[in-house]
Amino acid sequence: MSQPTIEGFGATPLDIRNRRNQKAIRLAFGAMTIMLIVPVVIILALLIARGYPALSWDFFTTHPVDNMTKGGILPALVGTLWLVGVALIASVPLGVAAAIYLSEYASDNFLTRLINLAIINLAGVPSIVHALFGLGAFVLFFEFGTSILAASLTLAVMTLPVVIVSTRETLQAVPQSFRLACWSLGATRWQTIRKVVLPNSISGILTGVILEVSRTVGETAPIMFTGAVFFTPHLPVGVLDQTMAMSLHLYSVSTQVTDVPEALPYGVALSLIGMVIVLNSASIAFRMHLRRTKKW
Amino acid sequence: MVASTVRTKLEVEDLEIRYGDHVALKGATFDVRENEIFGIIGPANSGKTSFVRSINRMDEMTPGMEVSGSLKFNGKDTSTWRNLYALRSRIGVVFPLPVGLPMSIYENVAFAARLRGLRSKAALDEVVERCLTRAALWDEVKDRLDSLGSLLSGGQQQRLTIARALSQDPELLLLDEFSIAVDPVTTMRIEDVLKELKKEMTIVLVTNLVQQARRLADRTAFFLQGEVVEVGNTKELFSGGAVDERTTHYIEGRFG
Repeated sequence: MSQPTIEGFGATPLDIRNRRNQKAIRLAFGAMTIMLIVPVVIILALLIARGYPALSWDFFTTHPVDNMTKGGILPALVGTLWLVGVALIASVPLGVAAAIYLSEYASDNFLTRLINLAIINLAGVPSIVHALFGLGAFVLFFEFGTSILAASLTLAVMTLPVVIVSTRETLQAVPQSFRLACWSLGATRWQTIRKVVLPNSISGILTGVILEVSRTVGETAPIMFTGAVFFTPHLPVGVLDQTMAMSLHLYSVSTQVTDVPEALPYGVALSLIGMVIVLNSASIAFRMHLRRTKKW
Repeated sequence: MVASTVRTKLEVEDLEIRYGDHVALKGATFDVRENEIFGIIGPANSGKTSFVRSINRMDEMTPGMEVSGSLKFNGKDTSTWRNLYALRSRIGVVFPLPVGLPMSIYENVAFAARLRGLRSKAALDEVVERCLTRAALWDEVKDRLDSLGSLLSGGQQQRLTIARALSQDPELLLLDEFSIAVDPVTTMRIEDVLKELKKEMTIVLVTNLVQQARRLADRTAFFLQGEVVEVGNTKELFSGGAVDERTTHYIEGRFG
């Protein structure tokens, strides 16, 4: 009788195989993750090694001089902040409102599905197409000229699908039982959205905004024809001004200008990445602040 | 009988509920009287929950749910209520699974009152304490009203849900298997509260526990596969007075 008891604590061949498979799978996925990180690390290391010598306080606070071969990046830095800011002001309210409508109000019919399909497809449109659309619509038709307004609106149109889709996903992740509970208390849809749905999805919505910021900062094509210029000696003071932008400036100093010191383009690229990181960190800090004060 | 002097709260006539091709309830015809506890018993898939959802017009929110026939609340067909929010605010609902809204315990209970424009702190405090006490939860949470309602245990959340439903001062309270997530001792406490509450409101009690209907309900309906088999006085049904033998079989636990 004692034999089966002892056997009972031993690993069967199946147990051993399961354990071995588990280890192998874990190793495989871990390796994939590392492969994903490797290029990022290499790019960052290269940029820091080559670009760091170009960085200095003056680099961020002075205008480029001598046909861009010397001087700083101040107008491009300020210009990109303008572009991102105006694009956010245009796209976030619009995108969030559209997502709320699609997720909370619209009934599931043919038209809604068509709209959803259109939004997803819009996200796949190449940025150069958006650029030409912006040129036609904002620069020429609405007569904004090549300006921050036209460029930012183009960026906004381009990133709207990202905001809408990510916001809608977040809203739909809020359990339906919360809505049912609210509705059965006699709350209107809007009261339900404001008191329960939005407070529970605000951090997800901000994640979408972060994605949008990252994409907007780096885009070059949509702003080339609509508002960003190769060089201007003035800092923008209003939305109808033309401006320099980081992404276009990087393109210029890398390919359009001769006799540029080697460190300069790397310095611009490093600054561009640094800018994305700073803007994202700000959104993340804001998100954490919201979580702490709202505590859900 | 005194039935002629008793006012009816709900008049259900030939009610049919469908989800696409699936018929959840058909030909339901009965009354629910004011200030009674109306029990609904029946096995799974018998249309109990669908019936409850149709009372406060949740079909409007549920894709594919279609309701036909007539269901009158206070003598007025619910499909003709123009302001559904006004209808729903008069009807308290407790779902089988507890829903602690992701806000503080206090805010959970004060929510309905706030929706109706109550602003005074003292009045809100009064509502919160009264409702939590009635739902047998006050003593457990009175020192942490600011903590998150959704962090309570399942049974506590269910009592929070009941407190929230009571905070509406509903004319009609719908309890859909409220005791599923509540321990037996607390269930008994809540049952005692319900006996008190029926002086103020009408209660529809859907339950899987036949004995709970026996303890609480003045009248009981037996639902089976979308059919209302029988509606009768609870005492009569449970003392062998059921007309349909399926009712007797279910009550005696021979199936379902």
